[in-house]
Amino acid sequence: MSELHDKVLSSLQNHFPEAVTHSGDERDFPVFHIEKKDLMAVLAHLKNEMGFTFLTTMCGIHFPEQGDQEFALMYQLHSLPTNERIRLKCFMAKNHLEVPTCTPLFATANWMEREAFDFYGFKFTGHPDLRRILNMDEMNYHPLRKEYALEDAGRDDKEDKYFGR
Amino acid sequence: MQSNVEKDYTTLNLGPTHPATHGIFQNVLTMDGEIIVKAEPTIGYIHRAFEKLAERRTYGQVTPITDRLNYCSSPINNMGWHMTVEKLIQCEIPKRAEYLRVIIMELARIADHIVCDTVVAVDTGAMTGFLYLFQWREKIYEIYEEICGARLTTNIGRIGGMERDFSDVAWKRIHAFLEEFPAALREFDKLVTRNRIFMDRTVNCGPISGERALEYGFTGPNLRAAGVDYDVRVMNPYSSYQDFDFKIPIGTQGDTFDRYMVRMQEMWESLSIIRQAVDKMPKGDFHADVPEFYLPEKQDVYSKMEALIYHFKIVMGETEVPVGEVYHSVEGGNGELGFYLISDGGRTPFRLHFRRPCYIYYQAYPEMIEGGMLSDAILTMSSMNVIAGELDA
Repeated sequence: MSELHDKVLSSLQNHFPEAVTHSGDERDFPVFHIEKKDLMAVLAHLKNEMGFTFLTTMCGIHFPEQGDQEFALMYQLHSLPTNERIRLKCFMAKNHLEVPTCTPLFATANWMEREAFDFYGFKFTGHPDLRRILNMDEMNYHPLRKEYALEDAGRDDKEDKYFGR
Repeated sequence: MQSNVEKDYTTLNLGPTHPATHGIFQNVLTMDGEIIVKAEPTIGYIHRAFEKLAERRTYGQVTPITDRLNYCSSPINNMGWHMTVEKLIQCEIPKRAEYLRVIIMELARIADHIVCDTVVAVDTGAMTGFLYLFQWREKIYEIYEEICGARLTTNIGRIGGMERDFSDVAWKRIHAFLEEFPAALREFDKLVTRNRIFMDRTVNCGPISGERALEYGFTGPNLRAAGVDYDVRVMNPYSSYQDFDFKIPIGTQGDTFDRYMVRMQEMWESLSIIRQAVDKMPKGDFHADVPEFYLPEKQDVYSKMEALIYHFKIVMGETEVPVGEVYHSVEGGNGELGFYLISDGGRTPFRLHFRRPCYIYYQAYPEMIEGGMLSDAILTMSSMNVIAGELDA
């Protein structure tokens, strides 16, 4: 395990004993799986106490075969003075997609969260303006979920198996 | 004395198709005369579902999608994607290929900055500079053309290296560019930068502070104009950028003039990087030895069984890809362009997320133009270099 991983993990375990459910080093940087109820406190701690002030990116992920861990949010933080990067993941079940917003911590999260809502349907509680952003407002589903095929469902001349998955 | 008369605001629809916004952006502006009180951007007019498309395409087929993100500097996007996959499959590519990539990427950066800076000048009314400098973008496109056959959506390079070494014609064009471009850039600089009208229009127009820019996730020239020296090429060097000696220009005010100046200086630095890369060009192969990912020579496909098998497997996407997740970022024309890739070992990415710098910093746009004049809003947008393709993915 890398030095950065151990440093962040011990700090998180000291402050939030039950927050980290899994951690490890991916190819490029450490990844921590965080319980949803502690997510905002962990992000605030990382930002204010440990210098991870820059939210590089965040996005939703859908794992249709993972039962009550079907949906995940990925946050990627960067500490600019020390040039350290970490990744957080928070898993949740399909019928519990409410996540507290992190816009008070990172202004940049505003549109990122709108994108995650638009494509996966995460409901960010407390978000100042949670509307669809790239798709049209009338759309009634969340297109990046795995159950939606790329091709128009009305066509029978094209099957997904010919085009990849 | 406070007036009891309620102010009469006008609602103005700027866009979605407006000749001054250089792309499809809509902003619903609440105006108090010429002053913008409130701005509300609507985006997504050219959304093409790249992240969904990428989940149905093999790794090689994703490259043309990346072309269409920031189409002013597609080669940087292409290289960023190749490097992401190379990180996933843990493939080391030869020095020569890395240097060739650096030359291409820096040419792309110059092309990108030419577009942005000349357009800022156009928006202040200086058409001449645009006409003078834009032909140099054409020369860069001619270099692309010689290397990969395409001009705008380049699809340049391959996973594992470059598709071919630079031809003699390409080298000749690069040398000619290095020789002749500085004079043209200096001429443009003389024509525009210290021009009284240009400075009056751009200084203090659409400023943002360094702290605010960081909160909004700014990267690239726009962040550096606000005085923060963050550059991915230096912080996390990729493709041998550590071998080159270059400066990171920064501004102080974060206004339109600083954004313009940072890009001007970056063009000089890019030129210097290209010169160093040409001078130090190592000998060797232009691609790594990864037959499972790198298309074999056509000649071999016709004559060797093994090459034919690999060719088939690559084209049909039947190559084994390791399971895992990687994030790789490059310094694009507009800032940190990141690729977050999850592979489940299948023939296509399980999930691919693009960190698109435009998308992230464009949300600060209302804050930057509120309280200013309508004409300054146009200038602020063009100096931020918001590219619709990258914004909407």
